[in-house]
Amino acid sequence: MSSVESAVRPPVVKNRKRTLKQRLNASGYKWAPYVFVSPFFVIFAVFGLFPLLFSLFLSFHYWEPAAGLGAMEWVGIENFTFTLTDDWFQTSVYNTIWIALAAGIPQHVVAIPLAYFLHTSFKRSRNTVVGMYFLPFITSSVAISLVFTTLFSRDFGMINMLFTSAGNWTVGDIQPLAWLFPTANIDWNRPEYTKTMIAFVVFWRYVGWNTVLYLSAMQTIPKDLYEAATVDGAKRWQQFWYITVPMLKPMMFFAVTLTIIGNLQLFEEPFIITGGTGGIEQAGKTAAMHMYITAFVEGDFGTASAVSWILFALIAFLTWGNNKLLGEKK
Amino acid sequence: MNKLTKSHIIAYFIVGMGSIIMLAPFYFMFVFATHTNSSILSVPPPVWFGGEFVNNVGILLDALPYFWHNIGLSFYVALITTILNLFFCSLAGYAFAMFEFKGRNVMFILIMGTMLLPPFLGMIPTALIMSKLEWMNQPRALYIPMACGAMGIFMMRQFISSAIPKELIEAARMDGCNEFAIYWRVVVPLITPAFGTLGLITFIGQWNNFMGPLVVMNDMKMFTVPLALRALQGTGQVPWGAICAGAAIAVVPLMILFVMTSRKLIDGLTAGAVKG
Repeated sequence: MSSVESAVRPPVVKNRKRTLKQRLNASGYKWAPYVFVSPFFVIFAVFGLFPLLFSLFLSFHYWEPAAGLGAMEWVGIENFTFTLTDDWFQTSVYNTIWIALAAGIPQHVVAIPLAYFLHTSFKRSRNTVVGMYFLPFITSSVAISLVFTTLFSRDFGMINMLFTSAGNWTVGDIQPLAWLFPTANIDWNRPEYTKTMIAFVVFWRYVGWNTVLYLSAMQTIPKDLYEAATVDGAKRWQQFWYITVPMLKPMMFFAVTLTIIGNLQLFEEPFIITGGTGGIEQAGKTAAMHMYITAFVEGDFGTASAVSWILFALIAFLTWGNNKLLGEKK
Repeated sequence: MNKLTKSHIIAYFIVGMGSIIMLAPFYFMFVFATHTNSSILSVPPPVWFGGEFVNNVGILLDALPYFWHNIGLSFYVALITTILNLFFCSLAGYAFAMFEFKGRNVMFILIMGTMLLPPFLGMIPTALIMSKLEWMNQPRALYIPMACGAMGIFMMRQFISSAIPKELIEAARMDGCNEFAIYWRVVVPLITPAFGTLGLITFIGQWNNFMGPLVVMNDMKMFTVPLALRALQGTGQVPWGAICAGAAIAVVPLMILFVMTSRKLIDGLTAGAVKG
């Protein structure tokens, strides 16, 4: 400590008698950083750490909130075993992973080539186009999920109208697109379609964010690599495949990690799209929604806390798996 | 140029189609906001603007009598959160960037580590704490827990250590300036660009926050805009026109903010994602 201090402060103070003000300032120099960082720790202790420990504590108890804090009853790991064997919980985890994959994989499959197009073919208009793709990311997920419920509606929804008009498009007597598009309106609220609908909204919201991440990584790839490849006669798609994609590996790891963490916590979009119920047969209920409903609708805070810790363990495990899979080949 | 024309056209076409898909929901949000329910429910649905916006706002206000209050509250909460974040995060960022002190690195790693904790983990106990503190339906239940975030500290530390020379702080200290005054008179005026970026991110994040208010606000008067919009759902005949009008009102301020600042905002959000 003292060596650090003498490196920063000039050693003149030794010979001179310091005034009170100078001495106060000297002690200020010592204490100021601790004072400056303390707001974070105070807030985190009260609204971060304490809730965490409390929820861990709660997950081993049965508790009727109305009866007050004294009415907690120790039940050991019962909440955990109950949750893990609970059909609704298993459904919600299945839904979460389904949506996470159906929304997550296309996000990256689309974002990488899109970022490449933007990087190579767009000059002056790039910022405008990036802005358009990025806009969904900053808008209120509640507002936009509500708009999507109208667009996905069975009888008057714009999406059904587009699909069926493509499916019913006739050339002479035949309908050339009927094999690809439906010829009658789809009821997106039916269990077999709910997850698709949610996954599309999630994809739509985050594809621009991933594009921006990849675009900013592409800008750091040295230009001479491309120049050398052009001299060697490499085509554009070859440059994409043999230069851009390998150079993006570290960013892919980062972006995929963010997607895993984010998608496994999905709450707002499915909550709004299914009207807070989880949809018919709970087909759109995610694990975070299951936790919310268990706590605030059914009033079982102990089980809900166990759900949140199991979900946390799942996220940690999958992030670790992703790290093993993608992270080590740097 | 000739060699690239074909692939350029393909790129423009694909990217153009994509941006239509990205913007279409916003377009229909505005279109539906200007139509009556029966017109929206007709087949085919309207694709151009109507003249029922004021009417829809009327329906919205019938269903949500406190809607203007809700907007004001959202604005107030987002603004206070932003101010607190700018102050606390820049103080902490300044400490991490400019001071040598015992435990600095450990503390910084701890703070960064909190970013890994998923928000839903604290949802239940936070609700309980707020009701114990009797902060339910109080704006402070929303802005105090959000008053100093790890990401803001990280951004501020990065900015301060790259933008402010240590000698400047030393000089102020030699002149007898006390530590807080150095922060206030030397550091703050120099970090206004970072204030802009962090402020935007914080404001937008809090304006859109849904999970927080969902568990601490149960009085309709104290709803924030996302909660209020959600309350329109699920009671009998759904007023689609009014919902879209409300959604538009909730989204337009952000769109304006975004159009004015997109570069800054995107750079700020991706800061730290790209090394070098």
